[in-house]
Amino acid sequence: MIRCTVHGLSVWGPGLSGWAASEAVLAGTVPWSEAECAVPAPALLSPTERRRAGATTRLALAAASEATEAEPDRAALETVFSSANGDGAVVGALMEALQGEEVALSPTQFHNSVHNAAAGYWHIAVGSTRPSLSLGGHDAAFGAGLLAAAATALVRGGPVLLCAYDVPMPAPLHGARPTAFPFAAALVLRPAEAPGARAVLELDPRPGTVPEAVPADALAALETGNPAARALPLLRALAARREASLRLAAGPESHLELRCLPC
Amino acid sequence: MSGRASPWPLAISARTVVTALGAGVEPLRAALRDRISGLAPARFPSAPDGIWTGEVPGLEEAAPPPGLAGFDCRNNRLAELALRADGFAEAVRAAVARHGAHRVAVVVGTSTAGIEETEQAYRRRPEGQAELPADFDYRRTHDLQALPQYLQARLGLSGPALVISTACTSGARAIMEAATLIAAGVADAVVAGGVDSLCRLTLQGFNALELLSRGPTRPCAGDRDGITIGEAAGLLLLERPADAPPGATLLLGAGASSDGHHMSSPHPEGLGAVSAMRAALDSAGIAPEEIGYVNLHGTGTRANDAMEDRAVHHLFGAAVPCSSTKGWTGHTLGASGAIEAVIGALCVEEGLVPGCLRVDQPDPEFRSAIATANRATPLQRVLSNSFGFGGSNCSLVIGRA
Repeated sequence: MIRCTVHGLSVWGPGLSGWAASEAVLAGTVPWSEAECAVPAPALLSPTERRRAGATTRLALAAASEATEAEPDRAALETVFSSANGDGAVVGALMEALQGEEVALSPTQFHNSVHNAAAGYWHIAVGSTRPSLSLGGHDAAFGAGLLAAAATALVRGGPVLLCAYDVPMPAPLHGARPTAFPFAAALVLRPAEAPGARAVLELDPRPGTVPEAVPADALAALETGNPAARALPLLRALAARREASLRLAAGPESHLELRCLPC
Repeated sequence: MSGRASPWPLAISARTVVTALGAGVEPLRAALRDRISGLAPARFPSAPDGIWTGEVPGLEEAAPPPGLAGFDCRNNRLAELALRADGFAEAVRAAVARHGAHRVAVVVGTSTAGIEETEQAYRRRPEGQAELPADFDYRRTHDLQALPQYLQARLGLSGPALVISTACTSGARAIMEAATLIAAGVADAVVAGGVDSLCRLTLQGFNALELLSRGPTRPCAGDRDGITIGEAAGLLLLERPADAPPGATLLLGAGASSDGHHMSSPHPEGLGAVSAMRAALDSAGIAPEEIGYVNLHGTGTRANDAMEDRAVHHLFGAAVPCSSTKGWTGHTLGASGAIEAVIGALCVEEGLVPGCLRVDQPDPEFRSAIATANRATPLQRVLSNSFGFGGSNCSLVIGRA
């Protein structure tokens, strides 16, 4: 079992425009209502990098920025960026461009197509030389990222930013891999004994997959619409400062038994 | 669990590679010794004119078993060839018997997974049809998770599975995170490494960046002109030394860093590279002079090799021989860190410093000790470097305690 603590938080998704605006909704004291989320421009990026970064990177950076607002030094955090689809707009445009007779790919699009593009922009934005991990994981990408980030906090002993994000891909990729809406969730994790935590997490990887539950409400119905929205049950427990035992898909053949203990 | 446990060292209980030199460790070992390159003029469909590649032979015979046919794609065929070679699948079965299927994790890296299947799906569409063909299986081919899912299904594993995609450090970074999972207590053994396959995206993308060599790559040469892209699979079975065969070569440490500088150009002074190498040495608890050979990332581009020379010289001076083995295999992108970890182990076991292929003289501007001929010498420890787009850096230390 891995123990770690949760510190800063962020969420961006339908009707969830940042943690500050969404905490009461997630806690259940204000009803959720469907609304497009307007992601702010990444203020931490220089104007040049801001022009180069697409919508997927902007979403990831919005979540990463908010979750680290209270951090004394953003550059001190290791990072885990977790995304099933990566930047589908870039990959889709490159796939189309490869179909031409005379192929001429955009160099900027090509380097933006790497799965660690969002992580790269983040580390440039905050001037961080700390290690960074970028993960995939299909619908289990959030759970996989949480496992990797918690293991990193435990083994290397420092603060870790986990940022999970996904954006619908353009057609025709969308038809082969539908994602219903953009969603991002970010958490700052520290080792178990770190002071000032919102909650302690206990993670235990177990074999077997998790059956899809029938959604209990409209907010829960978002969980299957985007891999990063699988964070919602944990985010709701954290917002409500409620003790919770959760099961979270973390891989093709495994899941996490997750306990959330408010501090 | 609370408190920190050191991951190091871990034992390489088993290893397998598939490269342009063929399937298995033995063709690679012989080619390193005999200085035979696996690179050839590109045969891959619609490759840019004049380039060479490190294409793996025998993929047509490497279809997944019938029950896993939905996973069929170039990338998973590379993984399949690797599982069949070097007794690797059998070694994993033995690890399952020791620890249980749920205690054997899979942590693997890939930059493009089965995206080549998607490229074909776009092409297979009839004139006027926008949708991809109905039989195109995105989840089991293109999706990054297709790789660990295939390995788990093929090996009967039910432990944690992570797929890492940090461009050209993916394979090395996967090996580092495998150690993190063992140290965190959530796995007793890990199938770790990387698989990456030739595809139009990377061939045309590196061509657009004007980074492809015309002819075979010549890393560290004064007139080097770029990368030769290869494809490969490299897998290591990592366990605590007490669980491994006696005398197994060790993974002694690993370190990573970010440049935080630019998306596709390395930091000119190699600051990120220096901090990754230093972190790897620190994790292994050794000083630079205890390294006998540095296996460079050495892609053959002007910028990478110059940066890496400065970074290596900063830490090692001109005292430690170093070279790139990409003249043998090509730059296998997300697999390179994994196959070069195996090469590092082979160098220790053989007592071999493999000098850069097709390079008479190293770049006269370089100050580190670039080897251009093979040298037989007892080696205890090898440092292996990987650097990638997005400013990702990772170094591994392989050898004996």
